[in-house]
Amino acid sequence: MPFNLKEVYKWPKRFMPGGRTCAGCAIPVVARTVLAATKDPVVASNATGCMEVTSTIYPFTTWNMPWIHNAFENAAATISGVETAFRSLKAQGKIPKDKEIKFVAFGGDGGTYDIGLQSLSGALERGHNFVYVCYDNEGYMNTGNQRSSATPYGAATTTSPAGKVKQGKEEWRKDLVKIASAHNIPYAAQAAVHNLADLYMKAEKAFSVKGPAFITVLSPCTTLWKYPPHLTMQYSKLAVETRFWPLFEIEEGKVKVNYKPSKDVPVTEFLKGQGRFRHLFKPENSDMLKRIQQHVDEAWERLLKMDGI
Amino acid sequence: MDTIQVSKSMRPMTGAQAVAEAMRQINPDVVAMYPITPQTPIIETFAKIVADGRASTEIIRVESEHSAMSATVGAAAAGARAMTATAANGLALMDEIVYIAASMRLPIVMPIANRALSGPINIHCDHSDTMNVRDSGWIQIYSETAQEAYEQMFLALKLAEHKDVLLPAMVCQDGFVTSHGVENVKIHDDETMKKFIGEYKPEYALLDVDNPVTYGPLQLQDYYFETKKQQVDAMKNAKRIFLEIGKELSQITGHDYGYFEKYEMDDAEAVLIAMNSTAGNIKAVVDKMRKEGKKVGMMKLRLFRPFPYEEIAEALKDVPVVGVFDRAESFGARPPLYGEIRNALFDLDKKPDMQSFVFGLGGRDIFSHQIEDAFNMLLDGKMTDETKYIGCRGC
Repeated sequence: MPFNLKEVYKWPKRFMPGGRTCAGCAIPVVARTVLAATKDPVVASNATGCMEVTSTIYPFTTWNMPWIHNAFENAAATISGVETAFRSLKAQGKIPKDKEIKFVAFGGDGGTYDIGLQSLSGALERGHNFVYVCYDNEGYMNTGNQRSSATPYGAATTTSPAGKVKQGKEEWRKDLVKIASAHNIPYAAQAAVHNLADLYMKAEKAFSVKGPAFITVLSPCTTLWKYPPHLTMQYSKLAVETRFWPLFEIEEGKVKVNYKPSKDVPVTEFLKGQGRFRHLFKPENSDMLKRIQQHVDEAWERLLKMDGI
Repeated sequence: MDTIQVSKSMRPMTGAQAVAEAMRQINPDVVAMYPITPQTPIIETFAKIVADGRASTEIIRVESEHSAMSATVGAAAAGARAMTATAANGLALMDEIVYIAASMRLPIVMPIANRALSGPINIHCDHSDTMNVRDSGWIQIYSETAQEAYEQMFLALKLAEHKDVLLPAMVCQDGFVTSHGVENVKIHDDETMKKFIGEYKPEYALLDVDNPVTYGPLQLQDYYFETKKQQVDAMKNAKRIFLEIGKELSQITGHDYGYFEKYEMDDAEAVLIAMNSTAGNIKAVVDKMRKEGKKVGMMKLRLFRPFPYEEIAEALKDVPVVGVFDRAESFGARPPLYGEIRNALFDLDKKPDMQSFVFGLGGRDIFSHQIEDAFNMLLDGKMTDETKYIGCRGC
């Protein structure tokens, strides 16, 4: 169905208001858009992290749908158990044969790229019928901005701070969509929170394929990327316009770039104004900015080639 | 020619196979599997049972024990009867989720083939693996034989699923000694066992999508404590209900399921306490020494969590000397079973003398003469405040 924001948000309310995210957080938008992309009932598992702590605090819950938080590193393994229970009970006739339920696991980048990677890999390889959604805010934000393997090169975090001799994270980020896709799953995609039509379309595809699907969604973090709360969507958009965060999908192994910026916007447009990159704009760090631009350009060219452009 | 009469329902099998037979009869909705010696033959046997269509279970072949317990938690919360099995490092790896399973009150049953924890790495029997999770909130039942391991699977399941309990349970047997040792096991009638465990009707299931539930919310200073206290109360209920369900099971099997088995304890001057297969070795030594006129006895503990303090104190109140056989160490503290027994005896006016023994770590064999030496030490009044390490070089 074509994307219509007003229509989409009329559908069953699954992620309710009243949660305790920071003002300007991208997470509720990701949750609502993804969960609107199917009309079937959905059961969710959730890794420990910002989404889990802000969406529940006993005796309250934001989840007007079945939801389980088990631990940090096992959202995928947990949902694989739920999904297997569904298949088993259905096969035994304990759940009607025509009953449809969708399964989704949510995790942040720490719970997905790092500590939960094995659990995710296992669940993807086993072929469970589920969607894994990573809200990627590029670090361990729930614990106060520590470096993850999704943290970009040069970003200052509390465990990779900028100082007199070190200038933030020294490694490039992990390319998780390609890693997920290498499990030969039917659908993997990269999305960003500002482009709701694209995210919705990807979630809809992910729910409709048979087998595992993976989506990672750029979810700018006002608190720890250190920019004013009203700029979350703007930073998400800049990440895409500068090609720092391309929107693409891999469907049955075929790569498709979903959005090609019409202008060449330098990556500094995305980096500037964010406290975590402030040190990069010192004159002595100009080489780092060049390196980041070069890295972005090369990655974009590689991606276009994969798309056959 | 002499023939041995064996009942048709008696079959030679290992402890691992016996437990897998229990799983066939229980027919869980979901089983998560990951290999680890000496547990592996449990899941292998069960996988073949499913492959042959003798159980309708969906198997999840996970990539680690951490995911085995995580997926089992997911399946159980979904509303399925769910199981997994493990040992040693596998149990240690899933430790985090073992605690979570208990706090979510999921009635998961997990057979264990007890094995020494690393390091150094070792594949043989001791109880360091399950002692490591003794405070996790799981019911722990120990089995002397394959027959007991088999039957106690049903006891554990019915206890775990009881509405006043709702706690996960592990059914322990000694790795290799029991898991790989072949015994004649009587497999009870399928229909009878099916009727005994009954249908599983969970009250809160994730798959009941019309009645959505939140599992595993954040609980801080204002609620965490009460949740933990509820687990305490559930354990108290488990202790009481264990005996009720045990009596019901006795009517099918003809075996007793007390908290412990008393062997020649009535007039005993010295009693050794042990868990799992070593109880069988001690019984043989008791028989031999009784023939020699020595008044020795044995207590085999079946239920370690919840721990039957009062009943143990009552049973030991007239015993002059008690020796405790631990197959695990608690470094810098008294060995775990010894510590519990000593704790149980504190309220007695006249306390038995006590001696702690540690034996069999990493699968070190224990011999009848060593058990006899231990009894003689107790009978001769040579107790010490120090733990005696049986069969350990330089101890």
